[in-house]
Amino acid sequence: MPNQSEYNFAYLDEQSKRTIRRGLLKAVAIPGHQVPFAGREMPMPYGWGTGGVQVTASILGADDCLKVIDQGSDDTTNAVSIRRFFDKTALVETTTDTEAATVIQTRHRIPEQPLTNNQILVFQVPIPEPLRFIEPSESETMKMHALEEYGVMHVKLYEDIAHHGHIATTYAYPVHVNGRYVMDPSPIPKFDNPKMHMSDALLLFGAGREKRLYAIPPYTDVKSLDFDDHPFEIQQWDQSCALCGCEHSFLDEVIVNDEGERMFVCSDSHFCQQRVNAKLNMSEAVEV
Amino acid sequence: MKKPILEENAVLSVQSCQKLYGINRGCQDINFDLYPGEVLGIVGESGSGKSTLLNCLSGNNQPDHGAIIYRDSVGMAQDIYEMNEARRRLLMRSEFGIVKQNPKDGLRMRVSAGANIGERLMAVGDRHYGDIRTKAGDWLTQVEMPKDRLDDMPFEFSGGMQQRLQIARVLVTRPRLVLMDEPTGGLDVSVQAKLLDLIRSLVSELNLSVIMVTHDLAVARLLCDRLLVMQQSRVIEQGLTDQVLDDPQHPYTQLLVSSVLTP
Amino acid sequence: MYVAVKGGEKAIDEAHQFLAEKRRGETRIEALSAEQISQQLGLGVDRVMTEGSLYDRELAALALKQAMGDSVEAIFLLRAYRTTLPRFGTSTPIETDAMRVERRISATYKDVPGGQALGPTFDYTHRLLDFALLAEGESKLTHHDSSTQSVESKLADNAESSVNDEAYQRVSNFLRQEALLKEQFKLSGKAVDITREPLKYPCPRDGRLQTLARADEGFLIALAYSTQRGYGRTHPFAGEIRMGYVEVNLFIEELGFDLCLGEICVTECDMINQFAGNEQEPPQFTSGYGVSFGFCERKTMAMALVDRSLQAEELGEVVDTPAAQAEFVLSHCDNVEASGFVSHLKLPHYVDFQSELALVRKMREEFFDSKEREGQVTSNDTDLENSLTEQTGASRA
Repeated sequence: MPNQSEYNFAYLDEQSKRTIRRGLLKAVAIPGHQVPFAGREMPMPYGWGTGGVQVTASILGADDCLKVIDQGSDDTTNAVSIRRFFDKTALVETTTDTEAATVIQTRHRIPEQPLTNNQILVFQVPIPEPLRFIEPSESETMKMHALEEYGVMHVKLYEDIAHHGHIATTYAYPVHVNGRYVMDPSPIPKFDNPKMHMSDALLLFGAGREKRLYAIPPYTDVKSLDFDDHPFEIQQWDQSCALCGCEHSFLDEVIVNDEGERMFVCSDSHFCQQRVNAKLNMSEAVEV
Repeated sequence: MKKPILEENAVLSVQSCQKLYGINRGCQDINFDLYPGEVLGIVGESGSGKSTLLNCLSGNNQPDHGAIIYRDSVGMAQDIYEMNEARRRLLMRSEFGIVKQNPKDGLRMRVSAGANIGERLMAVGDRHYGDIRTKAGDWLTQVEMPKDRLDDMPFEFSGGMQQRLQIARVLVTRPRLVLMDEPTGGLDVSVQAKLLDLIRSLVSELNLSVIMVTHDLAVARLLCDRLLVMQQSRVIEQGLTDQVLDDPQHPYTQLLVSSVLTP
Repeated sequence: MYVAVKGGEKAIDEAHQFLAEKRRGETRIEALSAEQISQQLGLGVDRVMTEGSLYDRELAALALKQAMGDSVEAIFLLRAYRTTLPRFGTSTPIETDAMRVERRISATYKDVPGGQALGPTFDYTHRLLDFALLAEGESKLTHHDSSTQSVESKLADNAESSVNDEAYQRVSNFLRQEALLKEQFKLSGKAVDITREPLKYPCPRDGRLQTLARADEGFLIALAYSTQRGYGRTHPFAGEIRMGYVEVNLFIEELGFDLCLGEICVTECDMINQFAGNEQEPPQFTSGYGVSFGFCERKTMAMALVDRSLQAEELGEVVDTPAAQAEFVLSHCDNVEASGFVSHLKLPHYVDFQSELALVRKMREEFFDSKEREGQVTSNDTDLENSLTEQTGASRA
């Protein structure tokens, strides 16, 4: 990192940040609608969270407390790298505690612990366009959104059911926001989709390379696409977390030895740690 | 906006339509009306402007001049290029149906036959998987394909089957006006005959209004009530099919008719 | 048992330390200075400046040094730095007509007023490794005794004496005089700035040219090449290629006149292409344009070809080749974007993978269940098992 005094608070200059905030305001005003913005180059590669970083940079204030997760964990390399970036360029307080954070930047997960209405969750988005793999042309997808031509989204779901008996999309599962726009919730597992519905927290999405911002304001209707006779379902596990015993969290599968033995643990590392700590305290209390 | 003039019974009226790419390339001075249940053939050699005209009619290519007036299912007549794009596109996937010459251009080759037929239903709001599937199966039967091929991919079908599938995909939303571009081109003669038979029975059964581009006068004779003959971007002759084919007036039509071997 | 994947911080620090050592190489070898890179690896610096879209030789050289010679990484470094720079003004357009030319050639005329000036080109050199350079000596070509003056200083002298200061007439102007060249581009109002506004489709030519100017050289060359090999029909001729120095001027509101900030080196290419004409217009020529900081001639030629291809729609030509599809070309030509997204696959994806894993397992289960119901799999499996036992039995025997 070069001498930080050479850079503005949270890296970007104030004008750039203001531009992004204007885009965010528009995004909040039109839930689920992709707002184009002039993404700036950031000192991390495109695809590594530049969209999320720009959003975070433009909404951070000096008294904010920032948490960064990747795959649900505070300790994955990219989460560490982004947290350090703001540590150095914005000198804001950082935390791994979900409750203490005012801004949480995330890649691929929504924390297990319900968020509150004074928190903002910032998503890193690789491909913001839910119609992209059906229609490669930007001019065409923009028209499809404008005219609410979303029938084709169901073709994929139809195919899944015809071939597998159930919908086989497991992440980046498209949602219908506020009864208007079809939106890609970024590659979070569909397990997290219900958390967006009527969320207390503001959800902001930033796609740096594709230069798009979008948002789900608090208390917005968010519905995962499905059929009347094949309703949306989330993943379930036969196991519970091997560390904290949780039965309703998203589990990561960890291969523990060369024989390929596996165990399942919470993907949300802070959530899991808290539960483990609580258990320890309880057993200590019992011993006393 | 001018109030569109459309003869009372007509479903479509093309008025002074022109779209040119070069001198006499494209189409110009095109005028005709189409009535419900009528099959209109557009014949002429390649490059005569048939496809340009069909593109204008299908909402994909705005004419330089002229009007294309359509009377919709509730009886309102409107120029399809005067209405807003949302409305036009909705019309194209509900009341209009477009059958491409090459089924690969009209089908989604990577999704099953059922999804291909179901797409237009989902596009107009159907959200019940079971219902969509039942309707798709019924339509497969309608185009004389075995129902158990519902989950097969289009590329597993023969050319003739693909064309049947495309027709089912288009007809599932019960369009009132169907535009066909050489629907039997590129097929074996025996396959062609069966497909023509199918199209003929569907047209009468569903009372479809059809505009069909073809360079094959035999196809035209079999299916069309009326013909437009095009040459170098203009309609040079039009009339009832028998009349045009048995007693052609224009030298070019005479040449066209005489060059076909009579069986 | 399970150890949480912690220690990301430490791992990152160590990796950076390792990288720093690798970058430096063996310390017994003298370190390269940015100055040396700028002087002796100048074309590399030019490319980094062009695609990094910042004219600063020193910083571009530093970026190359820091990136261990990896141009795409260096371009990325320079871009990331560029984004933080405050913008205090916009220069007036550079006047390449008034260029202090070091190289100027035209392939469309045998000779042109001002003449053909080859300049410092690799063209017509035989691509033979010069082992004299390896022996840490100087090549014969660069060796000149004090009595002969270097070419560069001669040119500089010429420039100063300003005897032949008459600017080189632009070759395409000769076609314009005859009205043989289609006037394609009239900028109405302010040009877009792709670093301040997102690209919108359909994209006007100013946005296209800006995007192409910082596009990856390799990508553009491949596209340009494809137009020559049959994926496009633009019949190109290199109307003019010129490289040299131009003044950068800034209009100062308070002073009421332009102030020269200095000179930069640029290369530009005018490609002349055929156009058959249409209903309204007679047959004539069209052109494509390429420009770069420094001396990136290959890039400017490729850019000019692609620029022309991208005019297909406006000229009423059929858009049926990759190089003519604006969205395809413009959305994928930036190597900072492209390399970032390709390399992001290195990031952990285990949450999504977990979901896929569970799905594949479920679908396999269903697959075998249904087979079992059909009574197929059991027999097959027994067969497989039998054949395996046979094999192992045989090998044991």
